[in-house]
Amino acid sequence: MRREPARGFVQHLPVIFPGLMLTIFFIVPFGTMVAVSFFRRQQGGFYVPDFVLANYARFLTPFFGNVLIFSLYLAIAVAVVSLIVAVPFTYLIARSRRQTQVIWLVALLSILSLSEVIIGFAWSTLLSRTAGITNLLVWLGLMQAPQALVPGFGAVLTGMVYQAMPYAVLVLYPSMVRLDPTLTEVARTLGASPLKAFFTVVLPALRTTLIATLIMAFIFALGSYLLPQILGRPSHWTLSVLITDQALYQSNMPFAAAMAVFLVLVSLALVSLTMFAGKKLEA
Amino acid sequence: MVTGVSFNEKQNLAFPPQGFSLHWFAQIFSDPEWLRALIASVLLAVTSAALAVVIALPLAWFLWRRVAPWAQVFQLLGVAPFTLPPVITALGFLTFWATSGFYGQPWTAVIAHAIFFVTLPLVTLTLGFSSIDRSLTEAAATMGADDRTVFRTVVLPLILPYVVSGYAFAFVLSLNEYIVAYMTIGFVRETLPIKVFNALRYGYTPTMAAVSVLFVAVTAAVFGLIARFGDLPRLMGAMSTKD
Repeated sequence: MRREPARGFVQHLPVIFPGLMLTIFFIVPFGTMVAVSFFRRQQGGFYVPDFVLANYARFLTPFFGNVLIFSLYLAIAVAVVSLIVAVPFTYLIARSRRQTQVIWLVALLSILSLSEVIIGFAWSTLLSRTAGITNLLVWLGLMQAPQALVPGFGAVLTGMVYQAMPYAVLVLYPSMVRLDPTLTEVARTLGASPLKAFFTVVLPALRTTLIATLIMAFIFALGSYLLPQILGRPSHWTLSVLITDQALYQSNMPFAAAMAVFLVLVSLALVSLTMFAGKKLEA
Repeated sequence: MVTGVSFNEKQNLAFPPQGFSLHWFAQIFSDPEWLRALIASVLLAVTSAALAVVIALPLAWFLWRRVAPWAQVFQLLGVAPFTLPPVITALGFLTFWATSGFYGQPWTAVIAHAIFFVTLPLVTLTLGFSSIDRSLTEAAATMGADDRTVFRTVVLPLILPYVVSGYAFAFVLSLNEYIVAYMTIGFVRETLPIKVFNALRYGYTPTMAAVSVLFVAVTAAVFGLIARFGDLPRLMGAMSTKD
């Protein structure tokens, strides 16, 4: 059956329901949010339709600036660490037997889809003083007394890398699997050590994917919402936390919406940068 | 490196063993609050995943069957919520439901999750359709089958595994999702992740650990089943390029 353009109402029918659903429940809420970001806040938690830029002007306050800088810093740190861990890890998975690959993929997917609540809870237990990993170290004689590692920046970073790493692996996986194994074989035949072959052949061949993975992990980390709350102090709160806080607890929807719009713009800019980088390197 | 497997073991280690007697698991099902949260979560996941598939299936079929470049826009829309930070989708729905006056209705979360996770069935189904040999449908058409018959007798059996895996992906993620659910119905009723998070504020209980273990088990089981009946490396290969 050849593909042909749809003609008439009946042939367009299948696309109408999904199209409507996506328009009504994605485009419209999105538009509502953008609109609200220009509304004026009223005392008592309500807002009235208006067109003011006050919500955006609040971006210039030092408070917002600090949160923004911390969010970016944290997301970059998470993305870089995840990538460094994920690259050799994915390489090993991609080179292993198919059965082993499946087991790893199941494990990674499970971690990735686990609720942030549960990851946060597990890590806060693991890093706590009473039941955590330091008890194990004390028992092994490596430490004097059990220590609390939460809340703290290290805990937030660890938790978020734990969550972002599977994501990075799954973005890297297809390219790693499809990478022609003869490339490394040639390098080995020509006398390169496995490590040298990895650094001089595998990594340069995948540079587009690596950049893409870095940016995807960055956006992923930018969206993290619960882990900074569970594992960190208020000074470790990110933009996502702040948005929720403003929307639900400070009842300042317009400001929350303005920050969300800002977050969208940052994300979109990064996604298009990824695509652009991909096209440029391919050409 | 902390792998998924060792992590779970450590989590068990971190607690006194008596905390893991079946008592705490039983409490999930006997304590009315936990039970209500469990039921709310499962209901939400079952219905929203179904709605996501219902949205994704005709769209994916249409994109495969017809030449319609303009319809790609909808595919992009379907992938967008999943790529952007989740808090954006959550806030979008919050303002939308608040403005339209439906805020707090249970079904608003179903729609929100369906839209948020429509990406997953959409991607698996797009992949599924692309793997169908077009000569099969052509042969059926030559023998006089109309579109509907071809779909029912040829396409549907071939696409069914992808429908199931798309549903399973959406189901698991919906079960675990926090922020969208919280912003749509969080103040009215609790799903399990919301319940766990609220409980975290009042200290740690073994029930929460039991819930976590239950989640890990269910999640791993679902992906295990997908791997058992589908080609997971292939699914992942295509999924990630779409990302």
